[in-house]
Amino acid sequence: MIVLNVNGIKRQVDEDPDTPLLWVLRDNLGITSVKYTCGIAECGMCTVLIDGEAQRSCVVYVKDVLGSKITTIEGLPENHPVKVAWIERQVPQCGYCQPGIMLQTVDFLSRNPNPTEKQINDAMDNVICRCGTHPRIKKAIQMAAEMTARQGG
Amino acid sequence: MKSQMTRRDFLKKSSLVIAAAALPGRMGLFNVSPVLAGVDIPFKPHAFLEIAADDTITVWVGQTNLGQGTHTGIPMIIAEELDADWEKMRVKMALAAEPFKSPVWHMQATGGSSSIRHRWDLLRKVGAAARLMLVETAAEQWKIPAEKCATKDGKVIHPDGRGLTFGQLVEAARKQPVPEHPPLKNPKDYRIIGTQRERMDIPDKVMGKTVFGFDFTIPGMCVAVVARPPYYGASFQSYDKKAAMAVKGVIKVAPLGNRIAVCAETTHAAMIGRNALDIRWSKGSHPDLNDDALDALFKEHLEKPASVAKTGGDVKKALVEAARTIEQSYKLPYISHAQAEPINCTAHVEKERCRVWIPTQGQTATQLTASQLTGLPLEKVEVMTLPAGGGFGLRGEQDPVEDSVLLSKTLNRPVKVIWSRKDDFANDRFRPASQCNIKAGLDKDGRVIAWSHTVAAPSVMSRLMPDYVKDGIDPDAVSGITDIPYSFPNLLVSYVKVDSPVTVGFWRSVGYSVNAFTVESFMDELAHAAGKDPVQFRLDHMEKDGRPYNILSLLAEKSAWGTPVPEGRARGVAVTSCFESFAAHMAEVSVNEKGKITVHKMVCALDCGIAVYPDAIRAQAEAGVVMGLSTAFHEKVRFENGGVKTANYDDYPVLTMSEVPEIEVHIARNTLNPGGVGEPVFPSVAPAVANAVFKATGVRLRELPFKRELLIKG
Ligand code: FES
Ligand code: FES
Repeated sequence: MIVLNVNGIKRQVDEDPDTPLLWVLRDNLGITSVKYTCGIAECGMCTVLIDGEAQRSCVVYVKDVLGSKITTIEGLPENHPVKVAWIERQVPQCGYCQPGIMLQTVDFLSRNPNPTEKQINDAMDNVICRCGTHPRIKKAIQMAAEMTARQGG
Repeated sequence: MKSQMTRRDFLKKSSLVIAAAALPGRMGLFNVSPVLAGVDIPFKPHAFLEIAADDTITVWVGQTNLGQGTHTGIPMIIAEELDADWEKMRVKMALAAEPFKSPVWHMQATGGSSSIRHRWDLLRKVGAAARLMLVETAAEQWKIPAEKCATKDGKVIHPDGRGLTFGQLVEAARKQPVPEHPPLKNPKDYRIIGTQRERMDIPDKVMGKTVFGFDFTIPGMCVAVVARPPYYGASFQSYDKKAAMAVKGVIKVAPLGNRIAVCAETTHAAMIGRNALDIRWSKGSHPDLNDDALDALFKEHLEKPASVAKTGGDVKKALVEAARTIEQSYKLPYISHAQAEPINCTAHVEKERCRVWIPTQGQTATQLTASQLTGLPLEKVEVMTLPAGGGFGLRGEQDPVEDSVLLSKTLNRPVKVIWSRKDDFANDRFRPASQCNIKAGLDKDGRVIAWSHTVAAPSVMSRLMPDYVKDGIDPDAVSGITDIPYSFPNLLVSYVKVDSPVTVGFWRSVGYSVNAFTVESFMDELAHAAGKDPVQFRLDHMEKDGRPYNILSLLAEKSAWGTPVPEGRARGVAVTSCFESFAAHMAEVSVNEKGKITVHKMVCALDCGIAVYPDAIRAQAEAGVVMGLSTAFHEKVRFENGGVKTANYDDYPVLTMSEVPEIEVHIARNTLNPGGVGEPVFPSVAPAVANAVFKATGVRLRELPFKRELLIKG
């Protein structure tokens, strides 16, 4: 039995420790907000936070995150600035890429709470959104940063 | 199925339910209520609209939710005519059913930017009919003429100011028949159409609650990964069944014709099992097929005798008489849909029924496929459309439906078939590659007097809708040329069908997405040759004050065309008309000495008739720019050894954040019938950029994706 800490809850899983985290989250725990798209760390749609750091769960093995705090989109409160900004700026189209991109944003803003446009471009240049929501992602990141600043952290 | 209402449900409910059924030659709307219990409902109805006693209003939509906004736009149209309180509106996905077929195409499909433009009259009528029934019910209760009553925000209002909510009226309104010709609103009275609304599907998408096809599960379901031949025409020669079965969770290895399915309890086990198969494939029918061979094939076809797709005037004569002639060739590659969510389908075949859950763009096709494979009549096949993680035209294809239905029959349980990303690239139905020659004649004043355009391209329609192919002409392969938005006195459009094993399919904007690049680039070449301004040159060849003329004029105005351009930058334009809409783009670019193109700004002007849901239109227009730039700069599928070489996003880059320019969208204001949106905003992007690059560098880019080498200085 493996024990994973997902969104603050200890979850027991009977799975091979060499399984990518993506599949344990989806297949074993039914957390399907974590998406499969490329499987090779190219797209960012499977991103989760591991101890606050955005990582691509398709290339992370469960054995390496046994003591870590894993956060998926469900683990952010509904009034989290990133979620609020994403709705306010009407970002998603199909929406398939968004949870991963939002989690990468959370990590990015935690390290750079007041980013310039150039810094946003650089930080988010390695994610794919085939629907082309980039202009709105950019605006939502700026809005989330402003909200966080106003809330004092 | 929760989302379908059976007849029994209709009768139980205390709501006012307006259902629809396809009657011969028209769509019949009727009220399903106990008083009609004795009346037999013709054909197969499906609820369109339900107004419940608690005032909530549910709209069933038969169109796929691809995030394009239709699932909010359709309720907006109904709510408008109904005078509903927007906060009370709900939307539900309907099962595949007759009433959701396009009245133009007679099938249920989400494509061709048709969701709203084909249903404008019907949707308005549904809302208006329900409103009239509620008004007449209130008028009866108040004993006043119906004309004296007003409606607003979900209430019928008495002249003295008191009101009854729709919910309070439904019990009695259920006794009314549905009026055949309810009056429709004057667009000047619209207060929902054309306003800002939050898209109804966005909160769930942000919270991670949306269940896409790939995420779908039902009790007893297993997951199958199907190994498909990696080369065209190949079949398997041997495979290691034992190794696959030895993977924990794998429950069956099942050959299906030329492919092999690995079924497992989990997705991951199915994927590992598939890799363990260690299949030996035959070489296939075209082992020498690769990028160069395909390129040569198209070139060769361009020299072959062509079929005439359209002719007007006498091009040959005009070319002889022209003051000067110009001739050029253009080339576009095969490109992939590369939609985010890989292809999938879940099916459960039982004795008496078959259920299919799929993020499909082709509901009718899916129903037919499942019916044919199971031998069950159509009404025993339930197709539930799940939210799709992108589609762009690919999701009408039937491969996953076939495999999941066949496997469910074999395994006697629900089966979800999924494709890996590699499967998705290898089995995509690509946008056709295309090569063309264009020759034009200018008179001494620099006006185009002849345009001869020959296209060599594969035919999408020959496979998908062969009835549309007449006299060897696939109308989609030459769309955008046969209906070019310019009036030339002599026009000849010819087509040579390229036969290759590479399978092609619908891809955003279909033929327009290919041909707009060549037409609009060549128009620019001609403007340059004539020494004219590119906007003025185009306008000079358009009907004055026609919609293409007006949208290009709007673009010129909004993008400040003709005013000084920032140092080191240049501008280009392009315009298209398609799917009953009109779009134009202005690109502002710079090019450095290493040949790197930077797009600083794109301005889009769009006339799509009445703008039902402006924010969704704006989102589509932004997306059209992003995808258009992506095809201009990056996208090309590669082939080798008789199959698809491209396997993942690492060798199929798409546009990313740092390449996305500032985008401005201007929507023309009018009240004409709605045109398409998702597709018209795409085709003129790439040529606008190529034209700007020419202006900046003097180098004409006649191939997609752009070849940076051509721009390197020195
Ligand atoms: S699925 Fe993990 S990065 Fe694409
Ligand atoms: S919203 Fe569809 S892929 Fe990003």
